[in-house]
Amino acid sequence: MAKIIGGLTTSHIPAVGNAIANKLFDEPYWKPFFDGYPPLRDWLDIHKPDVAINIYNDHGLGFFLNQMPTFAIGAAHEYINEDEGWGIPVLPPFPGDAPLSWHIIESMVEDEFDITSCQELPVDHGFTVPMQLFWPGLGDHPNFPRAIPISANTVQHPIPTLKRALDFGKALGRAIRSYPEDIKVVVLGTGGMSHQLDGERAGFINKEFDQMCMEKIVTDPESLTKISRRELVEKAGAQGTEFLMWMMMRGALSEKVKPLHTNYHIPISNTGAGTMLLECID
Amino acid sequence: MDITEFDHHTPIEGTTLFDGKMAMKGYQLNKMCFTFNGAAARADFLGDPEGYMTRFKLNEAQKQACRDKDVLAMIREGGNIYYLAKLAGVYKMNMQDIGAQQTGMTVDEFKEKLVRQGD
Repeated sequence: MAKIIGGLTTSHIPAVGNAIANKLFDEPYWKPFFDGYPPLRDWLDIHKPDVAINIYNDHGLGFFLNQMPTFAIGAAHEYINEDEGWGIPVLPPFPGDAPLSWHIIESMVEDEFDITSCQELPVDHGFTVPMQLFWPGLGDHPNFPRAIPISANTVQHPIPTLKRALDFGKALGRAIRSYPEDIKVVVLGTGGMSHQLDGERAGFINKEFDQMCMEKIVTDPESLTKISRRELVEKAGAQGTEFLMWMMMRGALSEKVKPLHTNYHIPISNTGAGTMLLECID
Repeated sequence: MDITEFDHHTPIEGTTLFDGKMAMKGYQLNKMCFTFNGAAARADFLGDPEGYMTRFKLNEAQKQACRDKDVLAMIREGGNIYYLAKLAGVYKMNMQDIGAQQTGMTVDEFKEKLVRQGD
């Protein structure tokens, strides 16, 4: 049977894509951020997951406001990356795992999560930057996993509640664990942490709130479901609502997890950047 | 009932919640910005901004906000930041340039504000 071995979180800021393209790893601005990743890569090199479930939010590449799914799951053999308009180099396609995708989709709908299935889904920086951070070199990396994108709407309100996000993750976890193949799966929760790009409050970052979230997501994720969506916007910033992806990731993991690595740095671009490695406890 | 009469959200200072009301107001503006994912569309726009905006049926307030490159005005007219970022990309403006403009700071002051929040 498939096994979920752990969860990884990371911010997915577009500027990181440019920093990777330009190899800025040791520049003073970037070093405290990139230094957060080698321990995660070491863990991935040891455990070699076959599949990465990449939970992200599309930012206007895969979806437009004409049709905006609340939860969308990739169901393709591969996912292409495309020009997003501001200069991040376009990456080669990412191999998918369509049989596992359809198993998840069947199981999620059986579990009463009425998701949108996507046989074509161009993936943006929200998906690609974490893949680059965790598996440098992508297709050239010896342990590059197959990937399944799951996108949640944080573009347009109403966005899902934190409780719904956590519950989605729990249903996702049940779906993966019921897959009959003996594969190892990691779940990525990408995006966040606090940031606001728009309005007179642009540039808002909330270190205290981010650190509380990083603590509670390990020990007591249920307590975070009491945060309303309005409060999330207020405390995490308008785009800090991407923390929903972390909740979805967390729901898929075992009830107790071992936090093996944590890194937090302000600022990367306009954002509080958070990285975590949570290992599942059987 | 007209959707514009109905407000689901209590305000947060300096923040426009992009909800159904704003999504309807800004649909054409955002639709235009969505096309800027493509290089050919970006070149078309730069070649004839007025014609491009008219083709996408922007209203006069939306057009003026784009002419002025005024991000706060674009947001007032229903622009969503993720799509507006693509318009900013056309003009080679990044998130710090936009942040500085919206907060009335210089880019250096805005960057300093970001760094300070890590203290």
